[in-house]
Amino acid sequence: MTDRQTVSHVLRRLTFGPTATEVDKAEEAGAAATISTALAHRTAPPGPGLSTGPPPAQDADRDARRKARARQNAELDRWWLRQMAADSTAGEKLTFFWHGHWATSIQKVKSAALMYRQQQTFRRYGTGDTGPFIRAMLRDPALILWLDGQQNTAKAPNENLARELMELFTLGVGNYTEDDVRAGAQMLTGWTVDRAAGTSKLIPKRHAQSPVTLLGTTGVTDIDGYADLLARHRAHAPFLAARFWLRYGSGAAPSAAATERLVTAFGPGRDVTAMLRALVLDPEFPATNGQLVKQPVEWVVGAVRQLGIDAGKLDDKQLKQLSAMMRALGQVPFRPPSVGGWPAGTAWLTTASAQVRLRSAPNLVTLAPAAVATLEEAARPDRLDALARLLVIDRWTDRTAAVLAPAAQDPKKLLTLGLATPEYAVH
Amino acid sequence: MDLLTRRKFLLASGVTGAAALVAGGTAYGLADILGSGDDRPEGAGTLVLITLYGGNDGLNTVIPYGDDAYAKARPTLAYPPDQVLKLDDGFGLNPGLAGLHKLYGADRVAVVRGVGYPTPDHSHFRSMDIWQTADPVRPQPTGWIGRWLDTAGGDPRLAISFEPVLPPLLAGATSAGATVPGGALKLPKSVTPQLLKGFGTASAQDTAALARAAGCFTDLSRVQDLMDDVAESAPDETPDDSAEEPGATATGGAAGPLEQQLEQVARCVEAGAVTRVYSVSLGGFDLHADEKGAQQGQLERLDKPLAAFMDRMTRSEKGKDVVVAIYSEFGRRVAANASDGTDHGTASSVFLIGDRIRGGLYGEPPSLTDLDNGDLKYTTDFRDVYASLLRTVLDGEPDRVLAGWKGELDDVWT
Repeated sequence: MTDRQTVSHVLRRLTFGPTATEVDKAEEAGAAATISTALAHRTAPPGPGLSTGPPPAQDADRDARRKARARQNAELDRWWLRQMAADSTAGEKLTFFWHGHWATSIQKVKSAALMYRQQQTFRRYGTGDTGPFIRAMLRDPALILWLDGQQNTAKAPNENLARELMELFTLGVGNYTEDDVRAGAQMLTGWTVDRAAGTSKLIPKRHAQSPVTLLGTTGVTDIDGYADLLARHRAHAPFLAARFWLRYGSGAAPSAAATERLVTAFGPGRDVTAMLRALVLDPEFPATNGQLVKQPVEWVVGAVRQLGIDAGKLDDKQLKQLSAMMRALGQVPFRPPSVGGWPAGTAWLTTASAQVRLRSAPNLVTLAPAAVATLEEAARPDRLDALARLLVIDRWTDRTAAVLAPAAQDPKKLLTLGLATPEYAVH
Repeated sequence: MDLLTRRKFLLASGVTGAAALVAGGTAYGLADILGSGDDRPEGAGTLVLITLYGGNDGLNTVIPYGDDAYAKARPTLAYPPDQVLKLDDGFGLNPGLAGLHKLYGADRVAVVRGVGYPTPDHSHFRSMDIWQTADPVRPQPTGWIGRWLDTAGGDPRLAISFEPVLPPLLAGATSAGATVPGGALKLPKSVTPQLLKGFGTASAQDTAALARAAGCFTDLSRVQDLMDDVAESAPDETPDDSAEEPGATATGGAAGPLEQQLEQVARCVEAGAVTRVYSVSLGGFDLHADEKGAQQGQLERLDKPLAAFMDRMTRSEKGKDVVVAIYSEFGRRVAANASDGTDHGTASSVFLIGDRIRGGLYGEPPSLTDLDNGDLKYTTDFRDVYASLLRTVLDGEPDRVLAGWKGELDDVWT
């Protein structure tokens, strides 16, 4: 791989899609500095400022409350889309990773404010030690609502949250027993959500008071004790390494050696950023180039970024159009299909999604006159290269070059086709 | 589930399932599809799956008019015995289902009562997910037809939906059915068949992921050819505008009214398409208030196109291999609520229709008084129905598709 290909590969995975100019800078700075910059601490963007509108009072009719909710949901959708498109670092992509990991849907939570609050927790804790992160997530109102924590009482335990916590969020199947699920659920009893205040709190009367034996440790009494056991569990680091590899590495599971290297980087401090850095520096990482299928959100946001579309200047209607593309492709932020999150890999490559990409490409190009102009400026024989540079594609296959070549005379058409290529569906 | 919730369900479920990798890029022509080769085995069955989104009220569909508890539980909602279309001394169909009643009289309808699954979920999303993935315990990324498609070779033409978004039931692990909204691929004019074939051509430089991305275009091209061939083979006819029910448009959403979807199915079947499963749907059954008239109207919107479709199938040799299955994500509570509607319930009836069906009433009807928290207790597991369809209509292996499930409906086949 050339230096340019190396930094392109790193940035395609760490960020929502680097622009040609960003790759220029990265090439100059070198891979090490590029990775450090992408992973550097960044302050969280200002919030969405959700409109409260007329208070959806209890006596307001169902329809009025639903409309108020829908308005706030749309505000939150647009806000996050803008944040994703504006961010050239690893930050928003990592937030998106955690969203898919602790997959919570607004369709059940029914509150944009609580979904945003959960996202703040991802931003605040998602780059460092997973210990405090898990503690915070167990108190997260949206997660509690999503996994029926409200119904989990000493009298009638609901094991949903405890089970998913170990299976999907921290340890993976096979690393806990059914007894652990029951004991874990007991530790989570009594945690309820005050929707109006947007907070969670423990109702002692509903909490199971007696200590339990959990994951081989006796005398566990509260959620922090539970959270810490999970963070310190020997299965936790390898589990996370595999989850990161799935989204940042390749569709295939990481090798034992790569897992070991990621776990070592994670270390006793359980440093998420260090694990991510180790992933893109791993000797097996370069070979993953072209092995990952873009998720729909990555495809749409990446196109917006690489075509130089200023999401800050897009109006509500245009942002809605972008959301509609994601919806048609089957991935809508804040609405994962289940607690298991979105599928990965070739699951996104269907005849249905190919149709949508073909239909969406012209709409994206319409928003990007500057990108068309860039191609126009290139001499006709150089336009395929200019297109590859713009879309940060290492090279066209013979197959695709043959399809694109006749369109070189028409930059708009060329760009439209470029977005629809098989090459642009993977990274 | 109203229109909005139905669409939300579809998108919440995600587009899952991968298109099978098809190397090369030779498109099939009508000759291939109709050919006596191995594309479509002689006498192969075709399944038309009709999903009723929203939770259709089963007790006012297959009405237990002979049970006093029925009228008692629903003082304002119950149909008096003289209004129901009788199936036997105890059960009758909603007056909106005249066509289905006639088919029942011709011994072509199996009514399987009390179909459900353990630990019922009252959420539209979750319950529809359970029906489509056929796993009542864990969320699954694959649907039951998608898993069958995986075992049947993965050609997306084998399972087609006329809905705008791929329903989760058509998503497999290594393949996925195709969506053809409106019966024609919606592609920009600039996207020529040549372009699809071009992008679909395999390249020695492809990674595995890239090869699959290219394979999608080949698949798309094959689906397009299939639809073009079907359109060509259809007799010229002026579309009958009067058949369009405005109400159905509103509730059926972007899927298009049921008659349009079934029209597409009929054309494909008559053209001898290789397709073995068609997924169509009708929404608008979530009637929490003022249900009676509205539900009857919805059932008519199901009944008329269905009766016309079955009639058309009778007239075609190929139509004799078609089996229609109709289900909804749940029935509704036994007792009416305070708004003359019903809230989300559990077990309900599944209809199986076709020449291959031995007509009659099947399944133990759930008791109207021995209830589970106000809900019917299911008597037939929905996987029994699926297993039976998989084996008999789709020549599949039920235990592979349904995680080792052993139960089956035995008596419904001729």
